[in-house]
Amino acid sequence: MEPIMAIVVGLLYAAAIYMMLRRSIVKLVIGLMLLSNAANLLIFTSAGMTRGAPPLIPLGSALPDGAVADPLPQALILTAIVIAFGVLAFAVVLIHRAYNIIRTDNLDQMKDTDT
Amino acid sequence: MSFEVALPVIIPLLTGTLCVMLWRYNVIQRVLSIAGSIALLASSIWLFVSVLREGHVVMYMGNWVAPYGITLVADMLSAIMVVLTGMMAVAIAIFSLSSASPSHERFGYYPLMHLLLAGVAGSFLTGDIFNLYVWFEVMLIASFALLILGGERAQMEGAVKYVTLNLLSSAIFLSAIGLLYGITGTLNMADIAVKLGSAEHTGMIDVIAVMFLVAFGIKAAAFPLFFWLPASYHTGPVAVSALFAGLLTKVGVYALFRVFTLIFNQNPDFTHELLLWVAVGTMLTGVLGAAAQFEFRRILSFHIVSQIGYMILGLALFTPLAIIGGVFYIMHHIIVKTNLFLISGITHRLMGTYDLKRLGGMYQARPVLSILFLIPALSLAGIPPLSGFFAKFIIIKAGIEVEAWFVTFIALLVGLLTLYSMIKIWGEVFWKKLPKGVDRAALDEGKTSGSLAVLYVPVVLLAACTLFIGLNGQPIYEFAEFSAAQLLDPDGYIDAVLGGNRP
Repeated sequence: MEPIMAIVVGLLYAAAIYMMLRRSIVKLVIGLMLLSNAANLLIFTSAGMTRGAPPLIPLGSALPDGAVADPLPQALILTAIVIAFGVLAFAVVLIHRAYNIIRTDNLDQMKDTDT
Repeated sequence: MSFEVALPVIIPLLTGTLCVMLWRYNVIQRVLSIAGSIALLASSIWLFVSVLREGHVVMYMGNWVAPYGITLVADMLSAIMVVLTGMMAVAIAIFSLSSASPSHERFGYYPLMHLLLAGVAGSFLTGDIFNLYVWFEVMLIASFALLILGGERAQMEGAVKYVTLNLLSSAIFLSAIGLLYGITGTLNMADIAVKLGSAEHTGMIDVIAVMFLVAFGIKAAAFPLFFWLPASYHTGPVAVSALFAGLLTKVGVYALFRVFTLIFNQNPDFTHELLLWVAVGTMLTGVLGAAAQFEFRRILSFHIVSQIGYMILGLALFTPLAIIGGVFYIMHHIIVKTNLFLISGITHRLMGTYDLKRLGGMYQARPVLSILFLIPALSLAGIPPLSGFFAKFIIIKAGIEVEAWFVTFIALLVGLLTLYSMIKIWGEVFWKKLPKGVDRAALDEGKTSGSLAVLYVPVVLLAACTLFIGLNGQPIYEFAEFSAAQLLDPDGYIDAVLGGNRP
């Protein structure tokens, strides 16, 4: 399973970076979305994909029965998804406003503040 | 229970929340903003005193003992940074009383400012690497919204770059956390340090170190990752620029200091050598970029970049004296840089422009402001007896001690070029005659009204701090020395955090 996931993660990063290098500002945001998904899957994969029971401890005992899956990466991913959702919502609104004010979606024409 | 560690995070969060609840009442928000900032400063000083007494102050969230729960840790570096955050909060809150326009206030200027401060303080105090990521995001989302308050064309263009590169940095940071978790199986920074210290050193650890370097390098605006900074910092409202200039990049620098002294200290031949060349590039490109600019805030933005280079240089040389210099430099820089941005705001209020070519005659019309400009400007360039001289002196002395001649030469050269930039601003804005065809009504009008006097208050206070550090550097040096000793002794930090749980 890990090799397949590794390839998927790599492809997601590649697609994200490709999209971010395009000139259109909409594609830039799509690239950012893919990038955060790639990072989430990377956490999932690198933490080890173990096939285990849910990490629940039966009533009355101090330890779970047998091997359990590590719940922490999933908590991390959940947090990261929520954060990415909020930030990307902002990014989408920002490009909409930027388009309304600058009247272009071409990043090459947004160079006034560069020099 | 060491409650004081949590207070600098809770107070701005609470102030921000209250301001959101009182959304329509601008006057109450202003009062709350001032009160919250002063409370933040007071609590940060309390924390500082505790750290000075105990060394490390640790608090476990929800009483989940490290390494299982989230830990808040304050060592000397964190405490210094939090005190500076409190000082900047007070300065910016006072400045905003007069500089924030009603339209900014209507769109949540004060709530955002305090959420930003909460994010900054949280980043300084957390002992958990994933929690650091979360605080970074809190800080970022608030800064995004603050940067585009007003919604002008330049702000939109600047914000697109700022948002993109910061999100890229966050994604790299998150990926690095994932890989690090894969190796160590823990998120507590002290625990990670223990696990990596006992594990065999592999190339993978270097890869992760470089990912952290890139992620924090973008946040800190280090070479060659700084391009978003001069493209965006001069676009926002001036009080926001000043706050960003003082605090945001320094969060990146702080994270570099924390990670590269505590976690990635096994292979300094590789990581710190890399940091050294990053520092050289940052110093040079920043100062040369500034030399080409003719816009007040843009020159100052490029100088943020070049000064970041000195701080990273302190970390990269990795000797006790160099770390002392780095910490001292951060203290000096936050105060001076915020002050310069505030002064640019006052000249903008008087003349209505940041363009050096259309400014002038300020020395004749406003001698007090001119002197107030000279103090931070000469301090930035490193003229004795101001604070910048001692900061540069310590770092350059550290460079000579380890015989890093080239780097030391660059540091001296950049100091000289900084002086050139500051003299350029002095000559254009203050010394030369007012250009023909520029309306000088605002200058003559004698706008000594209350609103302008309010703008002067934080500038005078910060200039006094600069003078104090310059004329009375010994206690400040001792604080920096204390924090450097802690940074170079990761075992102290680990013992304080893990306590009895240390394997």
